[in-house]
Formats: sequence, structure tokens, C-alpha cells
Amino acid sequence: MTWASHLPIIVVLIPLLTAYITPMLGWMDKRICNPLVIVSTSFAFIASLLLARSVLTRGVISYHMGGFAPPFGIALVVDYFGAYMCIVISFLTLMAAIYSREYIAKELHESKTAPYYTLLMLMTGGMMGASVTGDLFNMFVFFEILSISSYALVAITGKKVAILASYKYLLLGAIGTSFTLVGIAYLYILTGTLNMADLSVRLASLYGVGRSSWTLLVALAFFMVGYSIKAALFPLHTWLPDAHSMAPSSISAVLSGILIKVGALALIRVLFNIFQPEFVVETIPVTSMISWMAAVAIIVGSLFAISQVDLKRMLAYSSVAHIGFIILGVGLATGYGTTGGILHIFNHAMAKGCLFLCAGAIIYKTGLRNIDDLAGLGNKMPFTMAAFTIAALSMIGIPPTAGFISKFYLGLGALETGTWSGWVFIGAILLGSLLTAIFYMRVINNIYFKEPLHREDVQRDETPLGMLIPILILAGGCVIFGIFPRIPLSLAEPAAKLLLGI
Amino acid sequence: MITSVPPAAIFIIGAFLVPFLKGKLKTAYLLLLPVIAILNLLNLSEGTSWVFGFLDYNLIFCRVDKLSMVFGYIFVIMGFLGTLYGIHVKEGGHHLAVFLYVGSSLGVVFSGDLFSLFIFWEIMAFASTFLIWYKKDKRALGAGLRYLLVHTFGGTCLLAGIMMYLHTTGSLEFSFIGINGTASLLIFIGFIINAAIPPLHAWLTDAYPESTVTGTVLLSIFTTKTAVYVLARAFPGTEILILLGAIMTVFPIFYAVIENDTRRVLAYSLINQVGFMVVGIGIGTELSLNGAVSHAFCNILFEGLLFMCTGAVLYVTGTSKCTELGGLYRTMPITLMLCLVGAASISAFPLFTGFVSKSMVIQAAADGHMFIIWLALLFASAGVFHHAGIKIPYFIFFAEDSGKRPDEPPLNMLLSMGIVAFLCILIGIFPGVLYQILPYPVDFVPYTPGHVVSQLQLLFFAGLAFLFLITYGFYPKEERSTNLDIDWFYRKAGRGFMWFCNHPAAKFNMWIDQAFLGGTRGFIWFCRNPIPTLGLWMDTAFVMFYNGFIWFSENPVSILVSGFYGGLHLAFAMVSKGLLRIYIEIGKARDGAEKKRAFYRELIESGPPGGDVENISSDLFIAFIIFAVFLVYMAIKYFL
Repeated sequence: MTWASHLPIIVVLIPLLTAYITPMLGWMDKRICNPLVIVSTSFAFIASLLLARSVLTRGVISYHMGGFAPPFGIALVVDYFGAYMCIVISFLTLMAAIYSREYIAKELHESKTAPYYTLLMLMTGGMMGASVTGDLFNMFVFFEILSISSYALVAITGKKVAILASYKYLLLGAIGTSFTLVGIAYLYILTGTLNMADLSVRLASLYGVGRSSWTLLVALAFFMVGYSIKAALFPLHTWLPDAHSMAPSSISAVLSGILIKVGALALIRVLFNIFQPEFVVETIPVTSMISWMAAVAIIVGSLFAISQVDLKRMLAYSSVAHIGFIILGVGLATGYGTTGGILHIFNHAMAKGCLFLCAGAIIYKTGLRNIDDLAGLGNKMPFTMAAFTIAALSMIGIPPTAGFISKFYLGLGALETGTWSGWVFIGAILLGSLLTAIFYMRVINNIYFKEPLHREDVQRDETPLGMLIPILILAGGCVIFGIFPRIPLSLAEPAAKLLLGI
Repeated sequence: MITSVPPAAIFIIGAFLVPFLKGKLKTAYLLLLPVIAILNLLNLSEGTSWVFGFLDYNLIFCRVDKLSMVFGYIFVIMGFLGTLYGIHVKEGGHHLAVFLYVGSSLGVVFSGDLFSLFIFWEIMAFASTFLIWYKKDKRALGAGLRYLLVHTFGGTCLLAGIMMYLHTTGSLEFSFIGINGTASLLIFIGFIINAAIPPLHAWLTDAYPESTVTGTVLLSIFTTKTAVYVLARAFPGTEILILLGAIMTVFPIFYAVIENDTRRVLAYSLINQVGFMVVGIGIGTELSLNGAVSHAFCNILFEGLLFMCTGAVLYVTGTSKCTELGGLYRTMPITLMLCLVGAASISAFPLFTGFVSKSMVIQAAADGHMFIIWLALLFASAGVFHHAGIKIPYFIFFAEDSGKRPDEPPLNMLLSMGIVAFLCILIGIFPGVLYQILPYPVDFVPYTPGHVVSQLQLLFFAGLAFLFLITYGFYPKEERSTNLDIDWFYRKAGRGFMWFCNHPAAKFNMWIDQAFLGGTRGFIWFCRNPIPTLGLWMDTAFVMFYNGFIWFSENPVSILVSGFYGGLHLAFAMVSKGLLRIYIEIGKARDGAEKKRAFYRELIESGPPGGDVENISSDLFIAFIIFAVFLVYMAIKYFL
């Protein structure tokens, strides 16, 4: 046993342990918190990369906590998808952590620095844990960790509006959690195990047998609704626009960029790892139902985004639309479609992360949130706005940005289903990107070409370097991974194939 | 020998250096880059190169054959001249957009597969939008947004078509496609939107006149001509194109004659000219394709020249309206001369470019025995002379004196216009220069007595008609007005859509929240009322049962039984009393909850965002509903 074989637990432990150390060190000196968090997230990122490498070379890793084999011990199972999620999570958190240094100093009261980083690390630990765990109840626990810390982070500014947004988020999140808990309980009643691999074996004998399969269906429905709330799938998205627009921008980036994707991850795990693909696709076509919901989410989320005046709120509604893209890819359950959905997790994380960080930079420099007030920013903050433009193009899906690749894969996946609904889905995907173009181009139009109200507003006043670097890295990523899509695809493609069993 | 790179790469990669340069260095760089591109293009050899594996496909960035070379030549030449024309523009972003636009057009022309074609197609749409927006007035912003939406829609159709094409044929090769089935139809629609084929043409006349001075010149060159190129490659001989092209040649004439803005007149004339090319592609014979391609080549020159002239006038006077111009010949003689060259070329005077190319298309129509089409083309040729050949120079430089005495435009504009005018005359006199680069061998001789005489007759009578009309005051007056065209629908549709988003859709959004709220209210009402009511019912039932029990026990059935039940009676009484007590306590607790609720409500009402405590429990309600929907759905699936 070398240290490398402990990587699955290391990626979870790094952020969690940092979360325990941060308040202690922060109590001594607040300035230590940020470097500490950056260093530990970097380590988590490197560990995730190593983990991905070893998954690629050795296949799926099953790690038994404390050496007790499942079903008695707790198992961490890292497949391609889990490793992929770890990379995305640690990467975006790293960017948010670098960005936080200067942003938080202005946005938050000094006394909240240590709690902020502690909660951020707790949340990251929860997300990492949910990605690598192989145990259903374990996943529930990690979900609670990440949810509760995110409730607190949304409210951390202490503004009344933020507290309310957080309260709304908390109640809906609690509903989601209790749904999933009931679902877990039902499965436990049925099978007497909580290990995912074990569950999928034992459930296979229950498909379509007598009364017990009714319980199975109820459990599946509980999971679907519970995790749809976590993933903010329309029409269960109502918490998202408030929470994501009221949180500090670095947190919005993490929430919109990855946290809702962890909900999508849980959906994927339930659909394809616990229940078998043939069961959810053919016997009880749940996947086609969530595809339809996702298609509606794409259109309606975009329409709602068009009517927004607040920049961050618009970005939040755009997330509602784009989680639709991801879930649609999952629901298509075809090779191309699911690959596209999984790929879009990464592409959307980069683009939306960049956009929220840019919105934060605008608020940091000018205090503006209204889209109509952004005139003249193109001259004031050229680099930030260039990054904003690139990320927006990636959201629309313009080649050669990364968003185009996932759009293309999703389209091919929709065609691959070979049914009339596939045509509807491809229509929804393309119409969605057309609508996305409308509301992002409106912002870009304002930024660059509208006459500013006051001439003095257009003095060159760029975002501080510490905040600019993560923005530029993310924007660069949008282009680089559009030109070299093989890099994320090398994990996303086997992930989809493994999940679908093809 | 240096290996050459794809022509698009020079412009697109070079474009990103522009924002970092300043002053003289920038000017030198801007002029040097197109020159490098020209040298590189001369160096290109036929065949396909620069093939990259991308995903599971091959991207072919450099597919060189005769068809693409014709467009390649004229595009790089105009890339140079357009840059020269606009070299005085200060904004780096404008030059960046120009280079991206030129580069992506070249990319479309040289790409050998649909995937890379689409990539460049989209870059082209976005870069050209920026050229419109750089005018920075309100009309330009609106027109640019409409332009972008039309083109993104076209791009969307194209992408859908490409994906389906890939799905059905398994190949991404960009060669002859032809209309057969949905995939090719979608690709076709994507292409013809860029060719401004009616009724999808309004973006052109809507946006081009609102663009920047340089922008309009470049826009008139690239977007429509790349569309002509892709149609010529993928859909030659598609019959519907003949009809569409004929309509394109005829209907803009009427608009052009009554239009006041000279740049919009030229925009209509551009549609008319592209119509000739589309007819040529639709006929699909070697002669007609040659005609279409060579007309595209020549049109780029003379249409560009005319746009340059009107742009120069706009630049020095600040207006391009017929009603506000006139009598400029006194101070702008050079511009006048150049404009006349352009006018003569577009009207296809012998010895000017238009003649040597347009006559090929008309000849092809005649050869194909398409009488009506042939007539339409002749009519259109006469009309072109009217609005572009006479109207533009007449109203700008002669007509009523407007009192304006502007200087000649800057040297770089004059130089650029001069070179284009020179090329117009050169090709007009020596058509062989053009003919030898055409895709098919040419055995067409333009300067036969028949051709020359008939064209001169046509022009003579058209000129006579203009003279007659203007002398006797029948010619439609130039008035400041907006002519109703299909772009009216775009505007209305755009406004309607925004209204839809801001009102019904936003209402729907609120309605979802309201539904949660209403659901919650119902839920809370249910919890408050029916359940206590039910509780009351149960209480009542319990009391009745209890009374009956007492009646039973008081009956002298058995003293023993009575004694036993008496004890029981006591127990029941105690239990019921205890229950009552609990009930009262719960009620008190509920009052407490009400107070808390009131506190939260106060908290909420003191600030946004549209949250409400009840709202949240309604979320629970909706979650249950969706849960129920899931259950019902699965139950149906399960039992059927």
C-alpha cells in the first residue's frame, strides 16, 4: 500500500482537514487563512489529477475505509466520472479561493474571513466526498455537509436580503434532503444494504417482482425529486435565482459552477449506478421524463433570463437553463448525449464561474448590478470584459469555444435516440442557445457600444491582479478546451460509457 | 520554398495582436498583414492540406481548388484595400473585428469540411456584428442586434443541418449536397439567409446602412459572397434558386428607386446583384456557374467601390441622404470620377467590369431557354442603371446644390478607391485576366457586336427614361421616409418577443412563485382547517361513542358489568381529559407559532426579494406534486 492508493480519501480529507485548521489559524492571524486555503486546494487539485491518472490507467478504484470490505465497511468508489468531478470541483474552488483574497477583503467584514474560508473548505470537502463515495448513506451525509455550509455561505454577507435568500434555499434544500433520506430508507428496507454496487446487484432481482417493486418505484421517485431540487431542475429551481444572486460572487461562482452539478451527479449515480440503465431507460423510462423536464428548463430558464435587469440574477437564471442542458444529456442516455452532458458540467463550470467572477469584479469596482448601467465598462476594465465576452460566447456555444463542443455532442446525442422526441430535443438545444445569445449579447452590447452616462466612468480602472488572474485563466480555459476538447473528453467519454454500460 | 499556411490563419491569429500595438507601428502592421496574406495565397498549391483530427472527424482548413481560389484572390485583395480604406480608424477593436471578419470569410472559402465551415461561419457572423455596433448610435445597436439574431438563427439551422447530415451520411465532407431531405434543407436555409434571399433579406438593408463607414464596405463584400460561394459548391443546379434569384434581381429595384439613403440604395442594389449570381448558380451549367463566380468577383470590386464612395461622402459630410446632398462635384471631383467608374461598372457599360460578367449569366439564361428569367434579368439590368448608375452620382454630386463644400476624403480612402477603380477598368478591358482563374474553362467572348450593341441600347433607353422622368418631374421625389420592407416584421417581431419576455414570460415566472404561494396557502389552510375539523369530528364521534357506552353501562344489564365499566368510565374520563389538555396546549403552541410567523412576515415585508415564508412551504407542496406526478407516471408505465 503506497500513499497513492489512498488518493480517494486524500482528496476528501484535504479540504475537510483544512476546514478544521482554518478557524484555529484564523483566530491567530486572519491573513493566514487565504494562503492556507489556496495551498490546500492546490494540493486537492493535484491529488485529483493524480487520482484521474490512476483511474485512467488502472480502471475503477474501490477503496475500503479502514480496510473493512463492503457491505460492512464504507467504500469509496472512484470511477471516471467521480475523478472528473473531483478535478472540476477542486479547479473551480481553487480559482474562487485565489479570487477571494482581494474580493472578500472588501465585500465581507473582517471578522467573517475565517468562517468564510472554513465554510468554503467544508463545502468543497462535501462535494469531493459526494463525488467519490460508493455508499448511498455516505452520499447523503456529504450532501448535508455541502448543503449546510452553502446555506451559511449564501447568508454570510449578513444583508437581510441574503439571509432571506438563504432561508428560502435552506427550506427547499431541507425538503430535498428529506426526500432523499426517505428514498434511502425505502431502499434499505428493500435490500438491507446501502452500498451502491451491492444495491444495484440486489435491486436487479426486484425489477418487476410483486409488491416490493412498488416500494422501489416510490424510492426512485423520492430520489428524483430530492436530487432535482439540489440540481435546481425546473420547476424546482425557485431557490436558485435568489441564492445565487445574493451570495458573494466568488461563492456564486462555486454554487452555480459546481454545486448544482453535484446534484446532477447524484441523479446520475441513482439512475445509472444504483438502478440499472436498462431499467430506467426502458422498463420505467424515467430518463425520458427528466429529458422533457430538462428541455423545458432550457427554454423557460432562458426566457426568464431575458427579462432580468440584475446581472447576477440573469446569470443565475442562465444556470437554470444550463443545468437543463446537463440533465438533458443525462436523460438522453445515449453515448454522445451523456458524454455531452458530462462534458457540459466542465464547460459550464468554467464559463459560468468566469462570468460570476466578472460580475463580482464589476461590483467590486463600480458597485453596479443593473445591466443597463454597465455602459462604458469595455474601456474601463478591458481585460475583465474581454474575459466576460469569451465566457459568454462559450455559454452561447460559438466555435471555437468549449461550449460549442458540448452543444454539438448533445445535438448528436439527441439525434442518436432516433425518435421524434430527439428532434424536439435538438430543437430545444438550438433554440436555447439562440435565446442565450439574446441575453448575453445584450450585455456585451451595453458593455462595449452604449454611450456611458458619465464620461468620468470610462477612466481605465482594471480589476486588481489577484482577481483578474482566475478570471483570465477561466476565460482562457473556455477557448483552450474548445480547441483541444480531447482533454476533458478523455475522462468524460469513458465516464459516460461506463455509466451506460456500453 | 516556404510552405503556406491557411489564409484564414494569418488574419485570425494576426487580429489578436492588433489591440497591443499603437501609433505608426499599428498602421504598418495593419497594412503588412494583408500583404503577407496575398503573398501566402499566391504560394498555395491545389489540393487539401492542414488537416487536423478533431474529435472523431478531420478538419480540413485548406482545401484549394479553382472555385475557392477565385474567392480567395478577391477576398485577400479586398482585405488589403478595405484595411487601407479604414486605416484612419482609431479603435483597435474595430480593426480586430475587420481582420476576424476577413479571416473567417477566407476560412469558409477554404474549409473542406462542414465542421470547420461552421466554425468560421459563426465567427463571421459575430465579427460582422461588431462592425455594425462600432457605429455606436442607437439605430446601429438595434440593427446590429437584429442582424446578429438573424445570423445566429441561420447558424442554428446550419448546425442542425450539419448534425443531421453527419448522422445520416456519416460524412462531413463539404462538396455537392443538393436538396434531398431535412438535413440538406436546413443547410440550404442556413446558406440562403446569408445570401439575403427573400423573404430572408431584410437584415441586409436593415443593418448595412447603419454600419460604420469601413464596416459597410467590408460587409458588402464578404457575407453575401461567401454565401454565393457555398451555394455554388453545395447546391449548383438547384432549380428553386433560379426563381429566388430572379425575384432578388427584380424586387429591390423598386425600393432602390424610392429610397433616400444612398447607402441603403446600394444595399438594395447589392441584393439585386447577388440575385444575378444566385440565378447563375441555379441554372448550374458551366457557363452560368462561371458567370455567377465572375460576377461575384466583379461585384465585389464595383459594389465595394460604390460603397467606398458613399462612405467617403458620409465621412466628410456626415450624411448619406439624397435630400441632404447635392452639388458636391465642385469640391470632390476625384471622388466623383471614381464614383462614375463604379456606376459605369455596375450598370455593365462595355469596357467596365460588370459587362464582362453579367452578360455571362444572361447568356446562360438565354441558352437555357428561360425566357421569363431572361426578361427579368434584362429588366433588372436596366433598373440597376437607374438607381445605382445614375441616381447615386446624380443626387450626390449634381442635383440641387446643398451648399455643402466638403474637402476630398483622406488620402488612404482615395488611394484605396483608386486601386479598386483601376481594377474595374482593367478587368473590363482585359477580361482574360479574370477568365483564366474561373473554375471552368471559358469560351465566352463578351465583346461581340451583338452583346455590345444590345447592352448599349438597353442603357441608352434606360438613360433616356431617367432623363425624361427627371425633366418632367415624374421621378419619385427623394423624401425622408422609411420604406416598409420585411425588416418591419423583424422590428415588430423583436419588440413583440421582448414584450413577451418582459410581460407574459415574467408573469409566468411570477405565476410559478404565486402558484407555490397559492399551493402553500391551500396547504396551510388544509392543515389549519380540515385537519382540526377532522379532529373535531373524531372528538364528536368519540363523545357519541362514549355517551352510548355510558348509556349501555347505565343499563341494568349486570351490576358486575356496570361496576367494571364504571372503572373503565373513570379511565376514559381521565384519558379524554388528558387529551383535551394536550389539545389546549397544542393550540397555545400554535398561537406561539403564529407569533413567530408574524415576526418572519415582518422581516420579509421589510425587504425584497419576492420571498415569503408561506412561499417556502408551498415549495414543499409543489415538490409533493412533482413527486406525485413521478409516481403516477411510473405507475402508468409500470402497469401498461
